[in-house]
Amino acid sequence: MERIPILKMGRVLLVTIQVDLQDQVALGLQDDLSARIEQTGANGVLIDISALEIVDSFVGRMLASISGIATVLDATTVVVGMQPAVAITLVELGLSLEGVRTALNVERGMAMLAVDDRNRIDD
Amino acid sequence: MKQENAVFDQVLKASPEEFIKTWVSEVAATGSVSGSAQNDARELFAAIQANIASDADLNRIDGDAWARTRSVLAALSQSRAAQGASAGDTNHFVMSIKKPLFDALQKDLGADARGALQAVWLASTLIDKLAQFTATTYQRSREDVIQRQQQELLELSTPVVKLWEGVLAVPMIGTLDSSRTQLVMESLLTRIVETGSELAIIDITGVPTVDTLVAQHLLKTVTAIRLMGADCIISGIRPQIAQTIVHLGIDLQGIVTKATLADALQLAMKKAGFVITRNKA
Repeated sequence: MERIPILKMGRVLLVTIQVDLQDQVALGLQDDLSARIEQTGANGVLIDISALEIVDSFVGRMLASISGIATVLDATTVVVGMQPAVAITLVELGLSLEGVRTALNVERGMAMLAVDDRNRIDD
Repeated sequence: MKQENAVFDQVLKASPEEFIKTWVSEVAATGSVSGSAQNDARELFAAIQANIASDADLNRIDGDAWARTRSVLAALSQSRAAQGASAGDTNHFVMSIKKPLFDALQKDLGADARGALQAVWLASTLIDKLAQFTATTYQRSREDVIQRQQQELLELSTPVVKLWEGVLAVPMIGTLDSSRTQLVMESLLTRIVETGSELAIIDITGVPTVDTLVAQHLLKTVTAIRLMGADCIISGIRPQIAQTIVHLGIDLQGIVTKATLADALQLAMKKAGFVITRNKA
């Protein structure tokens, strides 16, 4: 089965989705990612979906649940690079992904996570 | 050639100039006449004559044999529609052919009452059908114009403006319905990606009423913008509309709203880290 690679960059895990997500692949990603967060103690997860052009309600829900899982494991999730068509589709499907943080591109997502990391240390 | 066609062919051939003159003066006598009436009449006359001579079935004008007459009529009603002539005048022009045609039939078949009546009946139904065809074409070309204008209105009224580095604004004008919202959403989201803007201001000063449906459309747009990773401010909420929103119990929580576009811009600048100062002279 196809797997989505998860890259570790410092305290952040970077996931770039380059293919249209099959349900099984999405479930696999959810498993892998939660395991990696636990292993590495990462406090940030960045999911780049700029190459994703087709979404369904399942993928939408999966993004929300990944974010939820990461929060429980004390990591912040940022979804970056969503295409206009994808955003419109998700809204029409009634999925507003409450609680998921978003950014325009990877660079800004990284900056967001860096600020978040600094705030954690300050606390 | 069929017998009835032969009768009409003979009548039309007899004195074409006279025929057209009577026709145009009949048009002028009972309605307004356009400058090109003479030429239009000549062209239509030639087409009808040619079709009748080629033995076209007088009862079925939708056949191939009437193609030439139909194309002349279509061109006629389209050009009249474009010039803004009324449907009545356009139709009247075609109907007026009855006068010279009946005159000529009477002259030719005056002695034979039975034959004349039948010929008049045939001519009458034929011309009615031609007029009906003209009316349909006229209406269709007017509808095309309306549709094109609607489309243009839709596109005109939703420009996405760049207010500042990283700040986009959409001044919404007119009633918000699903198709408008869809268009605004698409163009705004596309521009956000193109310019990498992190803030979008939707100004609803030009939206006359806000009801639950409009509010829902606004909420959808805001959610889509947020999903893309940008923020959204709604500005230009007039006092009347603010009251309506509260009375209807519409929940705008989680959306930043400002009274004017100026306030929204100020907030946007502040969020982007700009400081506005004034150099007094």
